[in-house]
Amino acid sequence: MANDDVWILGIHMTKFGKHPDLDVVDLAAEAAMGALNDGGVGIKDMGVLAAGCLMMASAGIGQQLQKQIGQTGIPVYNVANACATGATALRTVIMAVRAGECDMGLAVGVEKLSGAGLLSGGSRKSDDDTWTRHGRYGAVAPVDGRIGTETMPGVFAQIGMEYGHKYGGTSFELFARISEKNHSHSTLNPLASYSKAMSLEQIMGDMMIAYPNTRPMCSANCDGAAAAVIVSDAKLRTLDPDQRRRAVKVSASVLTSDPWEESCQVLPDVNTLTRNAAKLAYEQAGVGPEDLDLVELHDCFATAELVHYDNLMLCPVGGAVDFFESGATWRDGSKPVNVSGGLESKGHPIAATGIANVWEVAHHLRGEAGDRQIEGATVGLAHVIGLGSACGVHILEKAAS
Amino acid sequence: MGHHPALGEGSRTLLTEEDEELRLRARPIRATSFTWITTGNVKYGHGHGSANGTSDERGGDQLSDQITLVDYLELGDDPHLMANECCACGAKFFDRRNACASCGKTEFQRVRVAGDGEVRAFTIVSYAAPGVPVPFVAALVDCDGTSVRANLINVEADPEHVSLGMKVRLATYSLGEDSNGTEAIGFGFEPQEAHDNGK
Repeated sequence: MANDDVWILGIHMTKFGKHPDLDVVDLAAEAAMGALNDGGVGIKDMGVLAAGCLMMASAGIGQQLQKQIGQTGIPVYNVANACATGATALRTVIMAVRAGECDMGLAVGVEKLSGAGLLSGGSRKSDDDTWTRHGRYGAVAPVDGRIGTETMPGVFAQIGMEYGHKYGGTSFELFARISEKNHSHSTLNPLASYSKAMSLEQIMGDMMIAYPNTRPMCSANCDGAAAAVIVSDAKLRTLDPDQRRRAVKVSASVLTSDPWEESCQVLPDVNTLTRNAAKLAYEQAGVGPEDLDLVELHDCFATAELVHYDNLMLCPVGGAVDFFESGATWRDGSKPVNVSGGLESKGHPIAATGIANVWEVAHHLRGEAGDRQIEGATVGLAHVIGLGSACGVHILEKAAS
Repeated sequence: MGHHPALGEGSRTLLTEEDEELRLRARPIRATSFTWITTGNVKYGHGHGSANGTSDERGGDQLSDQITLVDYLELGDDPHLMANECCACGAKFFDRRNACASCGKTEFQRVRVAGDGEVRAFTIVSYAAPGVPVPFVAALVDCDGTSVRANLINVEADPEHVSLGMKVRLATYSLGEDSNGTEAIGFGFEPQEAHDNGK
């Protein structure tokens, strides 16, 4: 009997890194065609398309992609949701399929960020000739650097430090060791932007960006795309045995935003909405954190990974430092986290990230992850967060047969 | 090093928390019941009790035009921050709201925020946008239950001099004068201990 389940039929990510000869449409097309081929279907089988490219949010990347690979007249949703853009595109297709509007759909995320450098300090422009009030706070001069920091490395540094203040045990070295783990993991990922191990000394001795985050502890700007084909349970049952065998079940698909918290008015609170998303995802999937064989979480900075161990309930409340110190999150540990190398090594082409992490988990569940395969993986979780905030959590399960 | 290209070429994701361009430029038509009070251009005594709050520097005869960096900073003898507080639930906001983000009620009152606080989180920014002097200490300060974003000032910007839980107090500083001779006054938080030792 068919049910409400939805499945990933095909999924693909491009190599993350520098693609000077490809534009965003080329990259999106490569990912989309890859996902369709992986699923053994074509663009004419798709009933819906959701696409995101955060840096070109008003460019209609979905329609541009259609012109590149096939214009079929289906509804297109161009989505933008900060770093959760890819997860939002995926969830948009999942919702359309669950709602019965169509039985298959395509989600795509793409970004070109190589060479983007420090895209920071949005409010900091040169001072005017006269002090004149502007904007919501009546500021007479740019406030970035005068009233705290607006740069992401600085914001996420404070998020990690706040955890340390609350529960203790954090240090520059601890955060650097999280980065050491992810850079080590990346050596097994041929699609990562950077796949070289880095020693603790190299990481701590590299250029300081925002204490305690040095450069290799920050996510890597790069180009890349990822795409997934979602299929309904009823449709999947009509497909070939090999397609059914490789299909990955979407056991939970959750998107949350910030509930009101006192401190989130001045420093983004990435904790509450992530915990809320995780709780809901575990409920939907009927699994608990203890059932997860691997986790891809949003390590946009080393300081962020620590707090998400706790937010995703991989450890007891306040226990993230001990959890990491136990070695659990290394690939040979009890709860491997970011075996892809994470955003710090694999890279963070923003809108692609929320589908690429699902690709990573799906790859392991299919037993196709090659040298970095987590043996016997049957359940995995993919998490992203975009500031503002939006949090996406997907729990995936291996096909039963 | 090797595999991380220089930042100039760019390889790290360092997006802005918010873009000033996206902020509303226009003054609001307030749906709420309280009157917006701006500190505006007002006459204050020079010195305005900056670092140590002493009043003897105040040159009564040397009045100059001053303007605060943001409209939620108020000067006078005892500079302090002001917030818009929801009359129903007490949630505080440094900017305007049509309805309380916590409880949805629409009545607000202007309240003073405690000037003493504790550092709940900090970072030392060493790499920032062009024009932002580095390093500087950005922090989240807990002022008697109200979280405030600010720089830590009058302290060395290194991990040996800044610590989590450090007790701090509001202090002001000059951003300089504009072409009309108006002086802009900013704020930050300085260590309480250094102040006490200095006495």
